Amino acid sequence: MAEVSGDSPGFFTSKLAAAVGWARKYSIFQYPFVTACCGMEYMATAAGHYDMDRFGAGLPRFSPRQADVLFVVGTISHKMAPVLQRVYEQMCEPKWVVAFGVCTCTGGFYDNYATVQGIDTIVPVDLYIPGCPPRPEAVLDGLMKLQAKIENQKQEV
Amino acid sequence: MDAATSDRETRSMLLNVGPSHPAMHGVIRMVLELEGETIIKCDVEIGYLHRAFEKSCENSTWTQCIPYTDRLNYVSPLINNFGYCAAVEQLLGIEITERAKYIRVAMSEISRITDHLTCIGASAMELGAMTVFLYLMKAREFLYEIVEEVTGARLTISYGRIGGVKADLPDGCADQIEAALVRVEGEIAEADKLLTRNRIFVDRMRGIGVLARADALSYGITGPMGRASGIDYDVRKASPYFAYDRMDFEVPVGSAGDNYDRYLVRMEEMRQSIRITRQAMKEMPGGAVNVDSQGRVVESFQLVDQAKLGRTAGLIDVRTTVDPTLGGSERPFLRRVMPDDKRVVLPAKEDTYSNIEGLMNHFKIIMDSHGIRPPRGEAYFAVEGANGELGFYVVSDGRDRPYRVRCRPPCFFAMAGLHKMLEGYMMADMVPTFGSVNMIAGELDR
Repeated sequence: MAEVSGDSPGFFTSKLAAAVGWARKYSIFQYPFVTACCGMEYMATAAGHYDMDRFGAGLPRFSPRQADVLFVVGTISHKMAPVLQRVYEQMCEPKWVVAFGVCTCTGGFYDNYATVQGIDTIVPVDLYIPGCPPRPEAVLDGLMKLQAKIENQKQEV
Repeated sequence: MDAATSDRETRSMLLNVGPSHPAMHGVIRMVLELEGETIIKCDVEIGYLHRAFEKSCENSTWTQCIPYTDRLNYVSPLINNFGYCAAVEQLLGIEITERAKYIRVAMSEISRITDHLTCIGASAMELGAMTVFLYLMKAREFLYEIVEEVTGARLTISYGRIGGVKADLPDGCADQIEAALVRVEGEIAEADKLLTRNRIFVDRMRGIGVLARADALSYGITGPMGRASGIDYDVRKASPYFAYDRMDFEVPVGSAGDNYDRYLVRMEEMRQSIRITRQAMKEMPGGAVNVDSQGRVVESFQLVDQAKLGRTAGLIDVRTTVDPTLGGSERPFLRRVMPDDKRVVLPAKEDTYSNIEGLMNHFKIIMDSHGIRPPRGEAYFAVEGANGELGFYVVSDGRDRPYRVRCRPPCFFAMAGLHKMLEGYMMADMVPTFGSVNMIAGELDR
C-alpha cells in the first residue's frame, strides 16, 4: 500500500489525499447492523423524510465486504457480540464504525448481565451518536461529523 | 428417482441464516436444512436481543418499569406502556378516568398503525418494492409527529402512567391528528394500489407460508397472524378494555393463512385503527383542552418562595407555569387524565410547589422504598398488541418494587410456529414469510 500523505507531503500527494478524502466522504456505503429499537430511527433517517442520501450515504450494503462504515444500531447482547466482531473483521479497509444509540455507546440503561457495556469494548469505534434512540437530526449531525473525520484523516490508497 | 441414480448418496445442505441478515428486521438465527432450494427443516434460535427485562424490572420501582416496556415492542411502544400500566392498575384496583381511557385508545391505535406501516413497508422493501417502503415511512413520520407532540418523544415515549397518562393532549391535538390521519389514509391507499393487485407481489405472497388454523391455535398465535389463519380472536372484542367496548370497528379475519392474507389483514386493520382513532377523538370526554385560568399565573419559583414563607392560603387555586417538559401535568389537566388516588398519582405541579401536603405526596411516591406499593397479589392484563395478545403478568409482594413482571409477547408464539410456515417452501419464500410474521426481537427475547 502506498501512502499518499507522508511526513512531508509534496504538492501532488497532498492534492491527491484531499481528492481521495473528498470522494470517500461522499460515498459512504454502510452496513446497518440493526438489532433493536434504534433501527426504527435508522429507517426513519434513511427514508424520504430525512433522506440520508443527501450525504452520499443512501445505499446500505448488506454484505460487510461491500461496506465502508459499520453502523451498529441497537443493543448488543453478549450473545450477539461475537457476531458483531466477525462482521467487523469481514469488512475491508478503510473502514469506520459508528455506535448508534446509547446502548452501543455505553450499554445505556441496560446496565445488566445480558448487555455489552459499550461496543468499544469489542470493536474500535470512530463515532458515537448517543440518544435512546437518537433523533434523525442527531443521526445526520453524526453523519456529518463522520464525513469530516473521513475527509481529514490520513488517506491510504 | 430411477434405478440408475438411487444408489447415489444424497445429502441435504445445512444453511445458517442470521443472526445478522439483510432480510431480517430483527436478530434471530435460523438453521435451514435444504434439499435443492426447498426447505425441509427449520430450526429457530432466539435470544440475541435478551436484555434482561424481567430482572431489570425487579430492580426498579413500579414506575421505573415503564421505560423498559417501551423497548419491548419498539414499533408500537404505546400499547406496551398501557398494557403494563393497566396490569398494575388492576393489582391496585384503580379505575382510570374516562378521558384517560379515550386517550389510551386513540394513542394505542396510532401506535398500531405505525407498527403495521413498518411491517408492510419493510416486507415490501425486501421483495424489491422500495417505493412502498418510502411511502409508508413517510406515513409513519406523520404519525410520529403526533406522538412527539403528545408524548414528547418519537419512539421511546414512556407516556403511560400507573393511573392514567403522563399528561393531557396538547392544544389543537384533535385537528393535528385528523390532518395526519387523512395523509396516512392517502399513503395507505397508494400502497394498496401498488401492492394488492401487483402480479409480482401476489405471486410471492399468495399460497406461501401457509399456517393452518389448527396449527395457529395449538401454538397460541394471536393477532393479525392468527386472524389471517381464520381465528376470530381480538382482545379488543373478546375482553374489551379501556374504552374499546364503546368503539365501533370490525375485526378482519382471513381464511387462507398465507402471507397474502396476513398482508390483507394488516391493511384492513390500519383502516379500522384510523376509524377507532377518529371515534375516540370525537367522543373523548372533556372536549378540547381550554382551561379557564382563574387566578394568577405565576412562575413556579415564585410559588416556591411564597410557600416557603408559609403563605399558602391563597395558593390553592393558583396556576403556575411549569417547565415545558411537564406541560399538561398542571392541575386542571391532571385532574382530567388521572384519578384522584394519592397512593399512585403524583400531585399536580402547583401542589408540589405550593403546599406541604402536595410536596409530601410527591416525595412519598418518588422516594426510594416509599413509592407505589400495590397490595400482595398478582394480576394478568392483556391488551391487543400490534402482533397479538400482549399480556403483562405482575406479582407484588407488597413492596415498592415488583416481585415479578412477566410479559407475554405475541412474537414468541409466532416464532415457535415459524417452522410450520417455512418447511416445504422454497428458500426465497423465507423472505416474505419472515416479513409477514413481523418478528420484533425486543419483545421476543425481552
